Amino acid sequence: MMKLSPLNQRRWQNFRANGRAFWSLVIFSVLFGLSLFAEFLANDKPILVSYRGDLYVPVFQFYPETTFGGDFRTEADYANVEVQCLILSGGLDACFDDPEGMVADIHNDRFQSDGFEKGWMIWPLIPYSFDTLVARDGSAPLPPGEGNILGTDDAKRDVLARIIYGFRLSVIFAIIVTVTSSIIGIIAGAVQGYFGGRVDLLFQRFLEIWGAVPSLYIIIIMFAIFGRGFWILAFLMIVFGWTGLVGLVRAEFLRARNLEYVRAAKALGVSNWTIMFRHMLPNAMVATLTMLPFLVTGVISSLASLDFLGFGLPATMPSLGELVLQGRNNVQAPWLGFSVFATFAIMLTLLIFIFEGVRDAFDPRKTFS
Amino acid sequence: MNAIIKVKNLTRVFDVSKPWLNRVIERLPKSYLTAVSEVDFEIQRNSVYALVGESGSGKSTIGKMVVGLLNASSGAVEVDGIDLSSEQDAEKVDAVRSNIQMIFQDPFASLNPRWKVRDIIAEPVAARGGDTKGLSERLLEQVGLSAADADKYPHEFSGGQRQRICIARSLASEPKIIVCDEPTSALDVSVQSQVLNLMSDLQEDLGLTYLFISHDLTVVQHMADKIGVLYLGRLVEEAPRDVLFSSPKHPYTQMLFDAAPRIDGFGREVEPPKGEIPDAINPPSGCAFHPRCPMATADCSKSRPEMRKIGDTRVACHLAE
Repeated sequence: MMKLSPLNQRRWQNFRANGRAFWSLVIFSVLFGLSLFAEFLANDKPILVSYRGDLYVPVFQFYPETTFGGDFRTEADYANVEVQCLILSGGLDACFDDPEGMVADIHNDRFQSDGFEKGWMIWPLIPYSFDTLVARDGSAPLPPGEGNILGTDDAKRDVLARIIYGFRLSVIFAIIVTVTSSIIGIIAGAVQGYFGGRVDLLFQRFLEIWGAVPSLYIIIIMFAIFGRGFWILAFLMIVFGWTGLVGLVRAEFLRARNLEYVRAAKALGVSNWTIMFRHMLPNAMVATLTMLPFLVTGVISSLASLDFLGFGLPATMPSLGELVLQGRNNVQAPWLGFSVFATFAIMLTLLIFIFEGVRDAFDPRKTFS
Repeated sequence: MNAIIKVKNLTRVFDVSKPWLNRVIERLPKSYLTAVSEVDFEIQRNSVYALVGESGSGKSTIGKMVVGLLNASSGAVEVDGIDLSSEQDAEKVDAVRSNIQMIFQDPFASLNPRWKVRDIIAEPVAARGGDTKGLSERLLEQVGLSAADADKYPHEFSGGQRQRICIARSLASEPKIIVCDEPTSALDVSVQSQVLNLMSDLQEDLGLTYLFISHDLTVVQHMADKIGVLYLGRLVEEAPRDVLFSSPKHPYTQMLFDAAPRIDGFGREVEPPKGEIPDAINPPSGCAFHPRCPMATADCSKSRPEMRKIGDTRVACHLAE
C-alpha cells in the first residue's frame, strides 16, 4: 500500500469533503468498471456452456458448431434455436427436426430419449453484442420492448449494447489521447519554459504554424491513404492535440525557472532534466491538472463529432457519435436520440464534477469545512 | 598561504536593450548594463573574503559567476588553478564545481516546498550519484537541528532553521568553498548571530573558505578576514578587516562607515550618504564615485583611478593616501 504524503492526504480529505465530486467519482468508476466487462454484460455468446458434462467458455474461445454435434465448421451460432437445442440435449440429431418443441420439453423436464444428457447455458444480461442483428419482426429502427430495452438502431442492432460498448470506447479513447498528448505537451512546454530565450521563440512560432494546420482535412486525407482505424485516429488526435497544454506548462516554467530554489539546485550542480521534472514540474502540476478536464471532455466531444460527420471510427466499431447521427436521421425513432443524449449528458457531467473536485482539492487557498 | 580562488579582470555585461522591434521603431541604440567591471581579487585558503556594497553594486553577480550560475563576459575565475570557463576537461570542471557550493539570501525561497528536508539536503550528493544514506541526519545534527527533522517539510521550520538547512545542504558534497549570498539579511537580528556563529564554527572545523557577500558592515566585521568594497561593479578598496575598519582609505568606504548605525551613536545625527547610486547603464565618466564624492577634483571626472597599493590596502582613488 502506497503511503500518501501529508499534502496528498489533505487533498484526498478535501476531495472526500466535496460530496458531489466524490459520488460522481464513485458512480463513474462503477459505470466504467462495468463497461470494461462489457463482453459479460452484452454479448451474443453465452458466458458459460455445459455440454455433455464439459464446460465451454464461448466468450473467450472459438468453438465450431461441430463441437456441439452440429454440421458446420463455422463458429456456433448460439442464438440459433437448433444450436441451443443441441447444447441443451447433448447433441441429439432430433434437434434438426423440431428444435423449438424439444427446447420447450427440456425446459419443462418432460423430455426423455436415448443418449440425452442435459446441458445448460449462462447468457449475459443483454444477449446482443454491439454488432448483433436482432431477430425481431418489423422494420428498423425497432422501438423498445421484446428484449431490446432501448430499442434497436436503423441496422437492427441493440441500442443498449451499443451504448455500453460505445461508452467504453469513448472513455478509453479519451484516456489514451489525453494521457499521451499531456505527456508530450508537458515535456514540450517544460523544455520551452525552462530554457526560454531562442528555444522558446522558435518553438512558439512552430506552435503557431502547427496550430494553423486544419486538422480535420489532415484526418480526412490520412483516412483516405491509410484507411480508418482506432489507432490512426488516436494518433492523429494526439498529433494535433498535444499543443493544448504547452502554453500553460510553458508559462508555469517561465515563472518557476527564476525561483530561488531552482537557482539553488542549478548552483548545486543538479542536471537540467532533474531540475525540470523533479523540482519544477510538481509545482506546475496544479495548473496543469486544472486544464486536464477540458482536454478529456474535449477529446470525447471531438470523437463524437468526427463520428457524427462520418470521419471518425470505422463503421464496424460501436460509436456514440454515429448513434447521434442515426438519431438525427430517424426523428420518428426518438429512443435513439434520447438514449445517446442521456449517455453523453451523464458521462460529461460526471467527468466535469469529478475534475472540479480534483481542482478544488489541489487549490491550496481553498479550505473545506 | 595560497590563493584558492583567483578572480582576474572579471567583467559581466547584461544586454538590457528593448526588444528588436521597439528599437527599430523608436530608433534606440542597444543598451548594456555593466554589472561587474574588471574586478580583481584573490581569496586565500581557509579565509573569509567579504564583498560589500550598496544594492546594484554587482556583489551577487560576482557570487553567481564564481559558482558558475552566470558566465563571465570577459575575465576569468580560477578555482584551484583551473579556469572554469575555458577548461576543456569536463571531469576537472565537475570536480571543481562540486567543491563550490552556495548559500542563498532567502531561506524561504531557496528550499523546494514540496521536498522533504532529507531529500533537499542530500540533493547535491544524489545529483552526482553518491551514497546519501544517513547523510542528511548527520548534517542536520552538525548544523544544530535534530535528525528527526529529516522527515519534515521546509514550511515546518522558522527562518533561522531553514537557513541552517540551507547550510547543511551546502555542506553535503563536502565542498572547500562556500559562496554566501547575504545569508543573514532575511533573518531576525537575534537569529543572525546564531547562524553567523554556526558558519564561523563550521569554517574552523571543516577548513572552509567563504566568499561572503553582504551589505551589512557589522556582519562583515564579525565574519571577514579580508574585505572588498564594490561600487558600481568596480572594486574600489580592498583591505584586511582591521585595516579597513580602522583606516578606510576610499571616500566611499568612509561614507559607508559614517552611514552605518552604531551602538554608541544613539542620539547622534547621522549624515545620510549623499545622492543615489548612479545609473549603471550610463556610468559617470572617470571615477564612478565622483558625483557623490565630497573630495572630488576636476581630475576625478576625467580619468579613472587605477588600483594602488597603500600599505595593506588596495584602493582605487586619486586622492587616497
